[in-house]
Amino acid sequence: MMEVGREIGVWILLVAGSVFCVIGGIGMIRLPDFYTRSHAASITDTLGATLILLGLALYSGFNLITVKLFFVLFLLYITSPTAAHALVKAAYSKGLDAPDLEDVTEIGGATSSSADSATLRPDAKGVN
Amino acid sequence: MGGEFTGPFVEMLLFIFMIGMALYIARMRSLFTAAMLFGIFSLLSAGMLTLMDAVDVAFTEAAVGAGISTVLFLGALGLTTSEEAPDSKHGWTALLIVTATGLLLAYAALDMPAYGDPNAPIQLHVAPHYLKDSEQEVGIPNVVTSVLASYRGYDTFGETTVVLTAAVGAILLLGGGVGRVGAGKGRDDEGGRRMSDTPIKMRVRETVILRVVGKALVPFILLFALYVQFHGDYGPGGGFQAGVIFAAGLILHALIFGLDALRRAIPQVVVEIGIAAGALIYGGVGVASMVLGGEFLHYGVFDRHNPAHGQHLGILLVEFGVGITVTFVMVAIFYAFAGRSRQ
Amino acid sequence: MSVFFVAMIGVLTTMLLALARAFMGPTVFDRVLAANMFGTKTVLLIAVSGFMLGRPEWLDLALLYALMNFTGMIALLRFSKFDNLANDEQIK
Repeated sequence: MMEVGREIGVWILLVAGSVFCVIGGIGMIRLPDFYTRSHAASITDTLGATLILLGLALYSGFNLITVKLFFVLFLLYITSPTAAHALVKAAYSKGLDAPDLEDVTEIGGATSSSADSATLRPDAKGVN
Repeated sequence: MGGEFTGPFVEMLLFIFMIGMALYIARMRSLFTAAMLFGIFSLLSAGMLTLMDAVDVAFTEAAVGAGISTVLFLGALGLTTSEEAPDSKHGWTALLIVTATGLLLAYAALDMPAYGDPNAPIQLHVAPHYLKDSEQEVGIPNVVTSVLASYRGYDTFGETTVVLTAAVGAILLLGGGVGRVGAGKGRDDEGGRRMSDTPIKMRVRETVILRVVGKALVPFILLFALYVQFHGDYGPGGGFQAGVIFAAGLILHALIFGLDALRRAIPQVVVEIGIAAGALIYGGVGVASMVLGGEFLHYGVFDRHNPAHGQHLGILLVEFGVGITVTFVMVAIFYAFAGRSRQ
Repeated sequence: MSVFFVAMIGVLTTMLLALARAFMGPTVFDRVLAANMFGTKTVLLIAVSGFMLGRPEWLDLALLYALMNFTGMIALLRFSKFDNLANDEQIK
């Protein structure tokens, strides 16, 4: 009974994890601009990875493998959001603009004057 | 578990990804993007190697391809323009020659043994001997390490020397000694000006996440490198991989806290001594084995009663030498490229 | 069919989608984002395939990828910001 329960748990976690990964992938393709895409990538990245790695941990039981799995999970948890954060900051400070981000332009200290939906601010350089 | 049929399927899929990637990179004009896509390409090939169960090679590919070579490509890009110069004339002769060579190679590949064929010549020569007897002769479970450091010790010594030569070349060409500590001061006005329209308070707040994460992560990478170094006898890993990972940790420190921070921690002199010291340790082990009455790099003589112990000791020392050389070579090349780009 | 195979298909599909975004661009940041996502998915692919083929020690490799991916990412960011790797300003 325990075994069957564990098997079901592994199935649920792994399938849910892959579904979230694929959703993130679809978001990468379908969403309109960089900032929304980074949202899709980073959120589903962490959630999908968490579910898949937890599924694997449940499958292997408690041993050295599980410890390593948690190390991987821990690292992904630290590095992935940090990279996403730094990336979005870099994009913003380079002048990449979202279509309607006009009222939050104070984040980087730079101001934007473009009111249309162009994705590049006038001071943008080297972003392609 | 379905491993029998999924293996080739996944490998073929990865192959298709790789071919698409290669074609795309070849067409790419922006060198920055090309450098980045090379990182993905190398992740793909490392995934391939993993599925082929060549874990030691996959380790190297992951460490070199995904980490260091991206950094070095970018370091080189810092010295040039990040856009490929347009090529006005179409070289039809070149296309012809390349196509002909490609067809010839494809024709030659028809004579190659099938993928994974157990009767291929490579499997019948010395490989069975290594696989069967290395456990007894060398006494460590990871056959790859035995072959690399003991049976093929000469080759590995040669490779270490090649790596050393690369660093010497980079230092000679780009002048690694130019930018000793503080030498960059006053030259980086450009960056300072570019940043200066941001209030200082803002700047500090913005860097804090990366700095904290970097501070936490760098020791972890260095520790992992030591694990790879000293666990190489039992699992995948060894001196080359560990050296590259160690260097990647150091370079990450430089990327987050600035080049001078790393230069203060590891001055150019230390790097130059380290490059030579590693190769010297390797050669020294060889000379020591000659002094004790064996051939060059015959580690068995280190322990008269149990040659396998001597082998183990020899491999440990040699791998340590390789690790030191590779670490400092990578750092030296990074110094040479990055230090040069601010002149 | 094992559950690992299902997960692997999911991860490979995501890798394909990320690759498509890396090709399409349009800005360099989209590509870097796709590269980062691709790296994470490679970590997962290796972990899952290790379990599928009964070689869970491949996790060492997954660990290494997670670390290297981050290093490469920071290098890319630094370069995209300063156009070289040596600038003494802290990265944003």
